[in-house]
Amino acid sequence: MYINGVSVPLTLLGLLEREPSHGYDLKRDYDTYFGRGKQLPFGQVYSTLGRLARDGKVAGGRAEPGEGPDRKRYSITDAGRAEVDAWLADPVEPEPHLQTILFAKVTLALMLGKPAAAYLDRQRSAHIRRMHQLTELRRDGALVDVLLADHALFHLEADLRWIDLTSARLAELAAVVNPEGAPKQ
Amino acid sequence: MTRAHLVEARDVAKSFGQTPALRGASVAIRAGEIFAVMGPSGSGKSTLLHCLAGIFAPDRGEVWFDGERLDTLGEAERTRLRRTAFGFVFQFGQLVPELTAADNVALPLLLNRVRRRVAYGTAETWLGRLGIGDKGANRTGELSGGEAQRVAVARALALAPKVIFADEPTGSLDSLTGEKVMDLLTALAREAGTTVVIVTHDARVAAYADRVVMVRDGLVSGDLGAVGEQVSAAKAGR
Ligand SMILES: Nc1ncnc2c1ncn2[C@@H]1O[C@H](COP(=O)(O)OP(=O)(O)OP(=O)(O)O)[C@@H](O)[C@H]1O
Ligand SMILES: [Mg+2]
Repeated sequence: MYINGVSVPLTLLGLLEREPSHGYDLKRDYDTYFGRGKQLPFGQVYSTLGRLARDGKVAGGRAEPGEGPDRKRYSITDAGRAEVDAWLADPVEPEPHLQTILFAKVTLALMLGKPAAAYLDRQRSAHIRRMHQLTELRRDGALVDVLLADHALFHLEADLRWIDLTSARLAELAAVVNPEGAPKQ
Repeated sequence: MTRAHLVEARDVAKSFGQTPALRGASVAIRAGEIFAVMGPSGSGKSTLLHCLAGIFAPDRGEVWFDGERLDTLGEAERTRLRRTAFGFVFQFGQLVPELTAADNVALPLLLNRVRRRVAYGTAETWLGRLGIGDKGANRTGELSGGEAQRVAVARALALAPKVIFADEPTGSLDSLTGEKVMDLLTALAREAGTTVVIVTHDARVAAYADRVVMVRDGLVSGDLGAVGEQVSAAKAGR
């Protein structure tokens, strides 16, 4: 389900929200943007799409003449759209090493013309809230706890720097991943 | 309910020549709260702090302190407030390097007509609380950055101000020293019930605050304020 910490079904759903697509196109875009060197097997693309169809998040569409699963064009349903929206808007649990998932969310949000800056702001808030809790913990903690909290604080701080830099470069990134501009909104 | 907020900016705008530094910034800070203002360089954080402290007069909008309009007060009255009710901690430069640590802490008290012996007694007490009781006789120009910053915090707290305005109070310190200064500043301010307004671009410093807002392009973002509310709510709830 997860590759590099990123949920495959949600990412495929997000890609489908751009336009109805064949499994082949989804795999290609997934590998290009989110694969980071690890290709998504065709089998996993189709089994994921099958589950998403069963759950009513994608519609299987008309099979086009020919043979094999690749003849099917999939489109996202309202339920699927709602799921992507909820996932993008919901801040990730702040913990170290979430750059890949944050990157995937920002990239998809930009592809879909959604408010990536607002999502990053929410993530920043979640991070600062967690940093506040850790700082409170440090206040009366034993040295070992203080040092562990410090470790987490430095990682969260690094994430925050990335969030700040990315916020400042959203327009540049949008031009790379969504050159035609926002498809909707 | 008007007294619920000790310090408040309402739709404050301030330009320097053609440069708009603030374009309608609003914040409301409760008494006893430790409040942080974050934001990118040049976003207007320091300008906001200076407006809240009555150092800059806004072009538009209102600044309130303890139920009074600060921006419409006369200069003499504002100066009196700055001397008696406000303490300041800046990144550099608020200490007189030729004077000793004790002189620097006692000086604002002497300006407020506190008797000499009392002023120096208070200075000694506060230098002790900040862990630099042995540095009272040293000239501040000869202290380390961290020691000097602790003198500045002692000076701000010794006045028993209602609010301390701090602009990048750890900006020139390494992270361990900066942490020590923040630990002391926030612990002692909480103990005294002093409100603290901290401007910083450092998230670790902001994490000491009960509430954090973000300034961007001269405006205060509402979102992070709401997050701060959640932080306070979570604290109240446990
Ligand atoms: N005294 C001044 N004269 C002219 N322009 C000023 C003055 N003070 C601030 N500015 C301008 O107003 C804008 C906001 O400045 P401000 O100092 O409030 O930013 P800041 O958020 O504190 O930045 P930093 O993090 O770099 O300290 C900037 O464009 C700055 O150049
Ligand atoms: Mg500044």
